[in-house]
Amino acid sequence: MATLPMEQAAAPEPRWQVLRGTNVGDRVYRGVLTAQALSLPLLLLALVSELALNAWPAIRRFGVHFVWTSVWDPVAGVFGAAPMIFGTIASSLLALLLAVPLSLGVAIYLTEFAPKWLRQPVSFLVELLAAIPSVVYGLWGVFVLIPFLRTYVVPPLRATLGWTPFLSGVFYGNSLLAGSVILAIMIVPYIAAVSREVLLAVPVSQREAALGMGATRWEAVWTAVVPYGRAGLIGAVILGLGRALGETMAVTMLIGNRHDIGLSVLQPAYTMAAAIANEFSEATTDLYLSALFEVGLILFVITVAVNALARLMIWRVARGTAVGSRAL
Amino acid sequence: MAPPADARLQLETARLTALYGRRAVVKDVSILFPTHTVTALIGPSGCGKTTFLRCLNRMHELSEGGWITGKVLLHGEDIYDPGVDAVQLRRRIGMVFQRPTPFPTMSIYDNVAAGLRVNGSRPRAQIDAAVEGALRRAALWDEVKDRLRHSALDLSGGQQQRLCVARALAPEPEVLLLDEPTASLDPTGTQRIEELLHELKTRYTIVIVTHNLQQAARVSDYTGFFYLGDLVELGRTEELFTKPTKHQTEAYITGRFG
Repeated sequence: MATLPMEQAAAPEPRWQVLRGTNVGDRVYRGVLTAQALSLPLLLLALVSELALNAWPAIRRFGVHFVWTSVWDPVAGVFGAAPMIFGTIASSLLALLLAVPLSLGVAIYLTEFAPKWLRQPVSFLVELLAAIPSVVYGLWGVFVLIPFLRTYVVPPLRATLGWTPFLSGVFYGNSLLAGSVILAIMIVPYIAAVSREVLLAVPVSQREAALGMGATRWEAVWTAVVPYGRAGLIGAVILGLGRALGETMAVTMLIGNRHDIGLSVLQPAYTMAAAIANEFSEATTDLYLSALFEVGLILFVITVAVNALARLMIWRVARGTAVGSRAL
Repeated sequence: MAPPADARLQLETARLTALYGRRAVVKDVSILFPTHTVTALIGPSGCGKTTFLRCLNRMHELSEGGWITGKVLLHGEDIYDPGVDAVQLRRRIGMVFQRPTPFPTMSIYDNVAAGLRVNGSRPRAQIDAAVEGALRRAALWDEVKDRLRHSALDLSGGQQQRLCVARALAPEPEVLLLDEPTASLDPTGTQRIEELLHELKTRYTIVIVTHNLQQAARVSDYTGFFYLGDLVELGRTEELFTKPTKHQTEAYITGRFG
C-alpha cells in the first residue's frame, strides 16, 4: 500500500514469485488431480496390453487368417472369426439403417413441430428407453418382438422382396433381423437424445432466416436447421453405432448365435460380443481362450476405429467448407 | 419484377396491435408505406418497432404466444386473411435480420439460390441469372463473382449482410423489411448498406428499423417514432427531425432519453 509506483516497477520478480506461490496445499491438490487424470489413460493402456498379451498365442498361430476364415472348431483347435466380425458389423449397420431415420424424425418433431406441452414428456419417455436393462430387452424380444416379426413383418417382406438373397431361407425367429431390430430400438434413445440437443442448439436466427425467405417449416428444417447441426448429428449417429457394436446381452438372446456368414437377414448370425459372453466359461483350452481374447481385441480396435472416423468426419464437416455447393 | 411505380399504396397497417399472450407490445398502429420509399422506424429498445416490423411479413406469429389484431394490407388485401398463405406471403415481403444469417454450410451461390429453391424447382440457367441479378442489386457481385462456390463464411460481416440482402431479393419481393441491418457492422459495412438502400428504393418499398438516428435521417423518406408500443409520430423524415410536433419525439431525437 505504502510503496511508491517506482519501487513496484523496479522489483517485479519477487512479487511474481509470491503470486505463483509455494503453497503446499496447492501442490498436493495439483498432484492428486494430475494422478487422477492420468489414471484413466493408464487403465486404458493396461486393458489393451492385457488383451493383446492374452490374444498373442492365437495371433501367432492363425495370423491374418483369424480375420478371414470361418471355421470355429474348439475341438480341433481351429479358429476363424470372420462370421462374428461380419455379424457384428451387419447387425450394427442394419440397426443404424432402422434407427437413424426414426431417431432423426423424433428429434426434428420434438424440436420443431411438437406442441410445447408434449415436448418434455415425450423426450423424457424416449430417453427412458435407454434406462431399460439389456436383458429385459432380450426377454421382450424373445416373447414379443419375434412373434410380431413372424406374424406381421416377415410375410409381407417376403411377398415383396422375397426374390432377393436377403430374405431367403426359413424364418425361425432368432435371426440377424431380430437382433438388428432390438439393437435399433436400443440405440434410438441415444441418437434421438443427442440429435435433439444438437437441433436445440441451432440458433433461432437460422430458422428465422429460412422462414423469412419464404420457406415452409419443413424446408426450414432441411435447408437451415439440419445442415447447421450436421456435425453434431453425425456424432449422434456414431454414438449409436458405438453402442450397437458393443451391445451383448439382448443381441445374444435374439441373433441366434450361429457361426456362419449369410446374406439372408432371416437366418441366425453371431456377433463378437455375443461370442465372448457365451463361450468364455466353456473355453477349456488355452488356445480357445486366447482366440476369444483376440475377438475382444478386434472388437476394441473396430470400436476405436469407428470413433476415430467419427472425430475425423466431425472435424472435416465442422470446418465450415461449402459442402452444399458440391451438389450443383 | 418490381411493380409499376404508379401502384399508389402498396403496404399499410390498419389499427395493428401485436401481442404476446395478453401483453400488447404494439398498440393500435396505422401506417401507410408509399411505394418505392424508405420508411425508418426509430425508438428506444423495447418500444415495439421490431415486433411491428415482424408483423408485416407474419413472422411475429411464429414467436411463442405471438398474435395480432387489426389489419395489414398489401395492395388492399389483408395478409392475415385466413385464405392467405403466410409462406407465399414471405416470398413477396423479404426480410433482413439484425445479424447476418448466411447459411454456414452453403456456398455464396447456394445462399442466394436458397430463396429460389424453396420456391419450387426451376431451370438451372434461370437460377444462375437470378442469383447474379440479386447479387448485383445487393452490390456484392463484383466482390464475389470469382468465388461463388466458396463458403459464405469466407465473407466479412458487411459482405455477409449484403449476401442476406441478395438472398432476400432473389425471389423478387415487392417489399423489403430490414431489422437493424447495420447493428453488427463496422462503419464501412454500414455505409455500403446505406448506399445500397438508396439504389434499392427505386425498385422496392423498404421499411427499416434502426437504433441509429443519423442512419434514419440519411436513408429514409419517412420516419416513424415508436415509444412504449405506440406510434408517437410519423412524418417526412426532414420534418420529423427538424420540427417534431410531439415533445416525446423531440426529447428522443435530441438525445434526452433512449
